[in-house]
Amino acid sequence: MALTDIWFLLIAVLWTGYFVLEGFDFGVGTLLRILGHDDTDRRVLINTIGPVWDGNEVWLLVAGGATFAAFPLWYSSLFSGFYLALLLVLVALILRGVAFEFRGKIDSPRWRNTWDWIIVFASAAPALLWGVAFGNIVHGVPLDAQHHFTGTFFTLLNPYALLGGLATLTLFTFHGAVFLALKTTDALRDRARTLSRALGGAAFVFGGVFLVATAVEHGGWTWLSATVAALLLAAGVLFAAGERDGFAFASTAGTIIAVTFTLFWSLYPDVLPSTTDPAFSLTTTNASSTHYTLQIMTWVAVAFTPIVLAYQAWTYWVFRKRISRASIPAGGGLPAGRR
Amino acid sequence: MSALDIARWQFGITTVYHFIFVPLTIGLSFLVAGMQTAWVRTGDDKYRRMTKFWGKLFLINFAMGVATGIVQEFQFGMNWSDYSTFVGDIFGAPLAIEGLLAFFLESTFLGLWIFGWDKLPKKLHLATIWLAATGTLLSAYFILAANSWMQHPVGSAVNPATGRAELKDFGAVLTNSTAVGAFAHTVTACFLTAGMFVVGISAWQIKRQRNVDVYRPSMKLALVTVLIASLGVIVTGDLQARLMTEQQPMKMAAAEALYDTVAPASFSLFTVGSLDGSQEKFSIRVPGVLSFMATGSFDGRVEGINDLQAAEQQQYGPGEYRPNIPVAYWTFRLMIGFGFLCLLISLVGLWLFRRGRTPRARWFFPVATAGIALPFLANSVGWIFTEMGRQPWSVFGVLKTANSVSPTVPAGTVLTSLIVFTVLYGVLAVVDGVLMVRYAKAGPPPPEAPREDADSDEPRPAAFAY
Repeated sequence: MALTDIWFLLIAVLWTGYFVLEGFDFGVGTLLRILGHDDTDRRVLINTIGPVWDGNEVWLLVAGGATFAAFPLWYSSLFSGFYLALLLVLVALILRGVAFEFRGKIDSPRWRNTWDWIIVFASAAPALLWGVAFGNIVHGVPLDAQHHFTGTFFTLLNPYALLGGLATLTLFTFHGAVFLALKTTDALRDRARTLSRALGGAAFVFGGVFLVATAVEHGGWTWLSATVAALLLAAGVLFAAGERDGFAFASTAGTIIAVTFTLFWSLYPDVLPSTTDPAFSLTTTNASSTHYTLQIMTWVAVAFTPIVLAYQAWTYWVFRKRISRASIPAGGGLPAGRR
Repeated sequence: MSALDIARWQFGITTVYHFIFVPLTIGLSFLVAGMQTAWVRTGDDKYRRMTKFWGKLFLINFAMGVATGIVQEFQFGMNWSDYSTFVGDIFGAPLAIEGLLAFFLESTFLGLWIFGWDKLPKKLHLATIWLAATGTLLSAYFILAANSWMQHPVGSAVNPATGRAELKDFGAVLTNSTAVGAFAHTVTACFLTAGMFVVGISAWQIKRQRNVDVYRPSMKLALVTVLIASLGVIVTGDLQARLMTEQQPMKMAAAEALYDTVAPASFSLFTVGSLDGSQEKFSIRVPGVLSFMATGSFDGRVEGINDLQAAEQQQYGPGEYRPNIPVAYWTFRLMIGFGFLCLLISLVGLWLFRRGRTPRARWFFPVATAGIALPFLANSVGWIFTEMGRQPWSVFGVLKTANSVSPTVPAGTVLTSLIVFTVLYGVLAVVDGVLMVRYAKAGPPPPEAPREDADSDEPRPAAFAY
């Protein structure tokens, strides 16, 4: 296996990790106002992801950095080509990060409501936009002979990519609801379970159509992995309905792995296909760094990835307990009026 | 304005803004870790209150630092795609390694620190803040190694076949003298920043006689930190000036607005001249000092802008190789001036607070509080100097800034994002500022009655930060 292939695989793994992990915290954020009926509920919801969301987001930063280092041409064509979409993602991620920290700092309903709505928007928008982005990556975009993107923002808003966006939005939200069923208690847990049925159905519809469209375009083995994804999603819906929270969460995580795998599988050996002329496509070989750089990066990845995985896993273990309304102490922020 | 100009403004604005939060959080993470260590070792409740108070201010800023950091990684690809294509083989590696080694460490262990207060055994919990702090330091190293390669490209060569720079020796990139110098200078500046921050807020509180039991030890710790850090900043800055003279002589000449080569060269403390700096109207000069800064000897030869411009035209072809001289001249001076004022404040403060005294000189308190701004200003102008002094290069001697910008992104698109970031950052600056002031005024948590199980490792009921 060539180093370029290994790095394609590693970047696929990083995106998979990102979607599985930040997927559920996007879902929790999106559902904040629907499932959280009062401030205590919402604090329960936020605290289910409190200790881990930042670590989850780092998967994205590392995926971005790894793309820059291993496939510089992919990084530069993709990021300059998807400019406005990424701007939206950046705005969302900035707001989301500060919202979690700032929300509880002032005890005022207006202050908290504002940040709540920011969390909802800033979780749903990236969940949607990542699907749109990957829809475009897999389908291809207009690239010229220098691999420069020649389309506009509206090129990216094609039906297939938008379908991809709805697929990730519904899938992540479903994943989040299932996660909440696993992490909360009492009424909140019941509401998360009930809602997860509807969300599971929506994910099945949008995700299913998106997967079929992908498999129709790419054919062959894609049908197999798309089928695996669909079966896992169906299992998730059934487990969620049967109140088997742990199994349901494992199934939605598995679904996201299978969907991401399907996308990268369809893409390979391209990294960004050109719809202008297949000869202009960026591939794992023409977009990559030199062998020497890839070698160094491989050693670093081999040495440190297991350590990172170990301590991240440990974090999840430390915070494994369910969170209830009783675990939320009153107040916490400064009173609203005093200056 | 062209897309290039707008992209440069955007890089400048987002970077300077990001770097308001970064040095403060790097320095504070270690100060807070130190306070918590004191608490774990002595069990003295005042150290717990210190840890919680400064920890909260640290977290408010850390959130801003993290949030604005994502933009830094993304904009290389968005605004500077030709740069990214050209340097990805070299520049991407430290960036990716920064993520894998440092960002995961910081974010994961900070999550454990915030939420683990009553869940983790005391010593293990203490270890999480030290690990997070270590992460911030690693992060600084890798990003400075990447930046230093742009200042002084080592361990690489341009491949004529692909027209891209290629990595030849990664060890050389990581041990780049510029990177080592920049790291030492930046990290000492981080401690200076955090120290001045703690000095200023403690002064405000002590003046009002609030929680003096918490703020007095904070004050002492911070004053000592500022003293050591500012001396460190001076020494490392001096080393950097010498490296700069050797590696980027034009930047040094621009910093001094030195047009003609001279030996020995005097240092201009303050000069008023024509706008392009080529004519002096009034100046205060210290003989020999520039020679010393640049070469380590009081009669060393320092090359002037005109000679360097001619030499660079010889080497790289026709073009403008002079950076913006007034900007370089004034940012360099202001950086040094603000730094020395911090040293002065720490010396005065340590004298006034010596041997358990509390200053009768009431003027000291507002001065110390206003002093919070000094390191932030020094950091900002320092980076503006470092980056603008390198112009017209983005990678010195190898790639020009004009050839780095994304060729297919229209100016209107870049302008859109410039406006979006400026407005967003402006709003967040206000929110962050309001929160900081209110939490700084609110003071530490109340004292806690001694608990019988204080040393027990048994988990207690959950306490949350969110």
